[in-house]
Amino acid sequence: MGWISSLPGWARWALYAAIGIFVLSLVQTLTGETTELTSVGTSQAMLRWGVPILLAGLGGLFSERAGVINIGLEGMMILGMWFGAWGAINYGGWVGLVVGVMGGVLGALIHAIATINFGVDHIISGVAINIIGPAGARYLSSEIFSGYDGGSITQSPRVPGVGKFDMPFLAGGDVFGWQSPDLLGTIGELEIFFLSDVANLTRGLMSQVAPSTMVAVALVPISWYVLWKTRFGLRLRICGEAPKQGEAQGINVYLYKYYGVLLSGALAGLGGAFIASPELGGIYLEGQVNNRGFIGLAALIFGNYRPAGILMGAMLFAYPFGLGLRDINETASHTLLLVTAVAMAAIALWATSKGRRLDMVVAAVMAGLCAAWYFLSDTVPDWWVNILPFVIVLLVLFFNAQRLRVPAADGEPYRRGE
Amino acid sequence: MTQGNDSPADGSPTINQPAIELSGITKTFPGVVANDDVSMTVAQGEIHAICGENGAGKSTLMKILYGMQSADEGTMRVFGDRVDFKSPTDAIDLGIGMVHQHFMLADQLTVLENVVLGAEPTKSGGRIDFEAAKAHLQEVSESYGLDVDPDDLVETLGVGERQRVEIIKVLYRGAKILILDEPTAVLVPQEVEELFRNMRELKADGATILFIDHKLEEVLEIADSITVLRHGKTVATLPNEGVTASDLAELMVGSELPSPEITESTVTDTVTLEVRNLTVGGGGDRPAVDDVSLKVHAGEIVGIAGVEGNGQSELVNAIVGTVSPSEGSVFLSGEDITRRNVRTRRESGIAYVPEDRHHEGLLLSAPLWENAALGHQTKPPYARGFFIDRAGAREHTETIRAGFDVRTPNIDVSAQTLSGGNQQKLILGRELTSNPKLLVAAHPTRGIDIGAQAAVWDEMRQARKDGLATLLISADLDELIGLSDTIVVMFRGGVVATLDPSDVTPRTLGAYMTGAAIESDDRTDDLKGTP
Amino acid sequence: MNNLLRRVLLSASAPVIALLFAVLVSSVVLLASGSNPIAAYGDMVTHALKLGTIVDILNRATPLYLSGVAAAIGFRMNLFNIGVEGQYRFAAIVSAYVGAQLALPGVLHVAVILLVAMFVGGATAGVAGVLKVTRGINEVISTIMINAILISGVIAALSKRWQAGGSVDATGSNAGVGTDPIPESGLIPNLNGLIEPITGEIGRGKELTGMFLVAVAVGVAYHIILNRTRFGYDLRASGVNPFAATAGGVSANRMIVTAMVLSGMVAGLVGMPSLMALGRFNPNFVSLLGFGGIAVALLGRNNPGGIVFGSLIFAFLDVSSGILQISGSASREIKDIIQGIILLAAVVAYEVVRRYREREEARLAAEALAESGSSPPFESGSTPSVAGA
Repeated sequence: MGWISSLPGWARWALYAAIGIFVLSLVQTLTGETTELTSVGTSQAMLRWGVPILLAGLGGLFSERAGVINIGLEGMMILGMWFGAWGAINYGGWVGLVVGVMGGVLGALIHAIATINFGVDHIISGVAINIIGPAGARYLSSEIFSGYDGGSITQSPRVPGVGKFDMPFLAGGDVFGWQSPDLLGTIGELEIFFLSDVANLTRGLMSQVAPSTMVAVALVPISWYVLWKTRFGLRLRICGEAPKQGEAQGINVYLYKYYGVLLSGALAGLGGAFIASPELGGIYLEGQVNNRGFIGLAALIFGNYRPAGILMGAMLFAYPFGLGLRDINETASHTLLLVTAVAMAAIALWATSKGRRLDMVVAAVMAGLCAAWYFLSDTVPDWWVNILPFVIVLLVLFFNAQRLRVPAADGEPYRRGE
Repeated sequence: MTQGNDSPADGSPTINQPAIELSGITKTFPGVVANDDVSMTVAQGEIHAICGENGAGKSTLMKILYGMQSADEGTMRVFGDRVDFKSPTDAIDLGIGMVHQHFMLADQLTVLENVVLGAEPTKSGGRIDFEAAKAHLQEVSESYGLDVDPDDLVETLGVGERQRVEIIKVLYRGAKILILDEPTAVLVPQEVEELFRNMRELKADGATILFIDHKLEEVLEIADSITVLRHGKTVATLPNEGVTASDLAELMVGSELPSPEITESTVTDTVTLEVRNLTVGGGGDRPAVDDVSLKVHAGEIVGIAGVEGNGQSELVNAIVGTVSPSEGSVFLSGEDITRRNVRTRRESGIAYVPEDRHHEGLLLSAPLWENAALGHQTKPPYARGFFIDRAGAREHTETIRAGFDVRTPNIDVSAQTLSGGNQQKLILGRELTSNPKLLVAAHPTRGIDIGAQAAVWDEMRQARKDGLATLLISADLDELIGLSDTIVVMFRGGVVATLDPSDVTPRTLGAYMTGAAIESDDRTDDLKGTP
Repeated sequence: MNNLLRRVLLSASAPVIALLFAVLVSSVVLLASGSNPIAAYGDMVTHALKLGTIVDILNRATPLYLSGVAAAIGFRMNLFNIGVEGQYRFAAIVSAYVGAQLALPGVLHVAVILLVAMFVGGATAGVAGVLKVTRGINEVISTIMINAILISGVIAALSKRWQAGGSVDATGSNAGVGTDPIPESGLIPNLNGLIEPITGEIGRGKELTGMFLVAVAVGVAYHIILNRTRFGYDLRASGVNPFAATAGGVSANRMIVTAMVLSGMVAGLVGMPSLMALGRFNPNFVSLLGFGGIAVALLGRNNPGGIVFGSLIFAFLDVSSGILQISGSASREIKDIIQGIILLAAVVAYEVVRRYREREEARLAAEALAESGSSPPFESGSTPSVAGA
């Protein structure tokens, strides 16, 4: 298995994704309960659900790479959601996204001042942001949205979006008014094992996609490029790895930490604005962020503080939600139990090969429980998919904590000249 | 410009100007005057050593020179121009580079990333031109024989390599003035020789080198001129001609240096500590401590010599109980304590002076009396049953304060307000007054002033006389030779020699420590109980 | 003594500055949104002075205080139990269920319910502690994840399973929804009988929760354990410097698990005032006390007394802001803003004061030594000889 770790990050993740889809289509074919596990609709829903998680995760990436822990992402997203909705209602969808970014930056600014200038513990400041974010949004709603038609203290009127779009040639999008072929759609309809499943899931990522979603996905390679290939990125990363060393080489550590935290807020704010956009909620609604900031943090850890990994984490966590939306008779979530059992069994085998007995026992027990649950029931309650992301993160940490590479100086107080 | 052939376009050093001229530099921190009216002149192209004991203000002065701190008063001139550094960037721009005592490298970054940081060649869009950077790095490393692989992660490098990266980093930016802060502290003698060879090459190329050290022989070997600091003041700047180590020592401390020395043997037959075939770590990797056996008798001081990182810390941890050995056992007064936790070991009479007092010895933000209780909080006078006996603890702290001359306004101030020497006296006081059988003292005089050093030595001698068994780990070879009844040398985790201090010199000890003397000595692994 | 006065003033200055700053900022916010801050604050203070409101404030402060102590136990050794929210709600639903199944004499019944709550809270938090010591999983991450799993998974599932019939009726009242009611013997009586002889009748159906006394007991116990016992010493030492504590014989792993379990046990009590008032776990069950607890712990500097102050301030804002809705002088949501700003301003102010104090202390210590006269560099009978020659 050594060759896997020698692959570049994106290729490794692509391989994992392919294995995942293979297991999905295998289980789906064998059980014959549902076709939703690999449907276009599921992958569309997953993508929409995944975008805010992805943006929160990337937000966390910039902050923590600069050495500032950011558990305030949730609060920043809530501010982003409020400002995004307000901007979109008054000035249109695109402006809404920009204003949402600014809302997130506002929250991040508080976090930056507290942690960077005043040396307040990052967790404590993050908790404070998570209290101030919703408080601010609620107050603003009571002052502003309450006065709108259809608005109230907990929600806004409908929020306009930025349109949708199909990828030409692959998903049958228009090219200057000409309807191009729908390559993936054609493959998907052939119903070939695995291949059609891949085509369907991929087509879902390319059809009826909002430009804002494309922007979010494009931010993954952009973040990688910025952090690992540019001067800015190297200087930002030194602040998370070894700030004193950076200082000794003439880097203004405070400045780059500010950049990191503010970018973090900008991305979280964009994620919040996205939640309010018609892609997801279509309105500002209190409580609608619903832990996505924390799930983004989970994606960040799952992805080992790297953009491609965060993307995979976000999609993995969004998948059960997306499936849940499409899952009218609850058979798909039910089948997902069996997929989980298979995954756990695979981990148990892996742990056995590594001689890690505790890991093996835990994974085997989980596999057994999931399988038993699957075979002894016909449907699963909806909360099962809600907790899946959090369970996955705990399991990833449990089985893999030693191999995670947290930036070395993440969360440490830094003061110039000490 | 490191080649010195073509003259740089601007900031070109004028031949007659001194490289650095400091006058009247004063820097105070709350409660401390670190530099008091310091003046010195460093000529171009010389190797200039700065000596002084711990706390004399050397490091602060260097930080001021490198722009990491700014002086309260005084002026600095570099190549004749008056300068006022706001940050290291300003110093770097004028061609000043610094190799810090604690390496300034990020472990998770590559050598190349570490070197270019802050001076990255970029293409459009802020993209780092890694090819150009690598070419430049290789050019620098080849022209001075500083061999490193630019793509290695720093965390995989050894100490010597890291120092080379540090020097390359400085040269990469075309530094004309190099500040080296105690560069030999972490090196073995062979590496020191290599470093000195590099320094001479740099000097031949026209570089000016400022070199902080307090190993006087090294200073006399390499420096062209020497500035001595004492209590934050410049005492003298002298050329390295006809100066002896004892002259320098006298300048450094205002009188001659005290030396550790023990008189008649107080060693008894009672074995207090016995370590039997102890191995720590291993399992694939080379064990940190490899099959070590030794005995310490009541009234005996056994010194452990070794270059740092050869298993001494792990041996100490295994005796104190913070790590558990993979094999072997530890006996205290005949009882097997291998399986006991730290608390029961300390309760049964192990006193411990850790190697880094801030890291392991003190609760810096807690008051002194709480610090005095640390490690002994389960016993009177600090505790009464399940409860902490505040009155008893305070009273006992006063006893320590008086008995060990801990200078403090009162025992309610936090430990961080004390000087290093007073902190160390507090630690020694709490350990020695706990009625121990064994003292494990790791680098007990590291980084403290000479007065405190002498006091620590006195206390250890007195305790030895009173029958305490002591295991002393030190990097200060004079201290080891002077205080120990027996010296055990560790190399790569194992014991390579057991020596009688009365017939070793630092030089022969150094040979054992680097493994150089192993082949020529058949006493390897042969243990003598008493000298 | 002048120094002592200085210290006390310094300690008090941070929260006072934070309060003033919060009032200032929220005044600006109020002015910007067209309200009169003075009228709003006036309304709140006047309202708070009424006996009924005071009872409400104490009822609100009681669980906040417990939640604050739960968070503070962790903070004292740099452990962040962010999971109090999930712990207390999980503990509440389990103890509500258990309490409803039992028929026991009064005191015993109450004790069983409280013990079950403490056990569930302690066990839940303990999981995070065990994950930290066995697998090195950061407790912030694990408690956040466990929180989410409990709240959106386990509690949702349990409320469905243990629902005792009844549903939201036509009027929108969900009074009938929830777990089986706990028999009278399992509920702590209110303290009205105890205080009314002094204060006069409270009236309007308001009751001072019996859990108030439990909270007082927890506070006293916390103070004694923290400051007077060996365990408290070990806990504080681990918080200040875990490495020194380890070298001093404190087992870091055991402390982490113990502190998390203790924190969770107190967290388990947080839901009890609400449970005692409602008599069952239902959708109206109080939420968000976990994060409020973190805030009041920080505000009170993790000190048993300080948390009293913190929880009273937050409870005052929570309760008396209700009057704003009625008087119309401002939007009641301003209290969320004030709370958030107080919290942030307080932690910033504490940090600033801490730095100032450190510098002062160093200066004073140096001065004191300078006055006592410095002695020669060494005074012992060391044999003088030349080193390094």
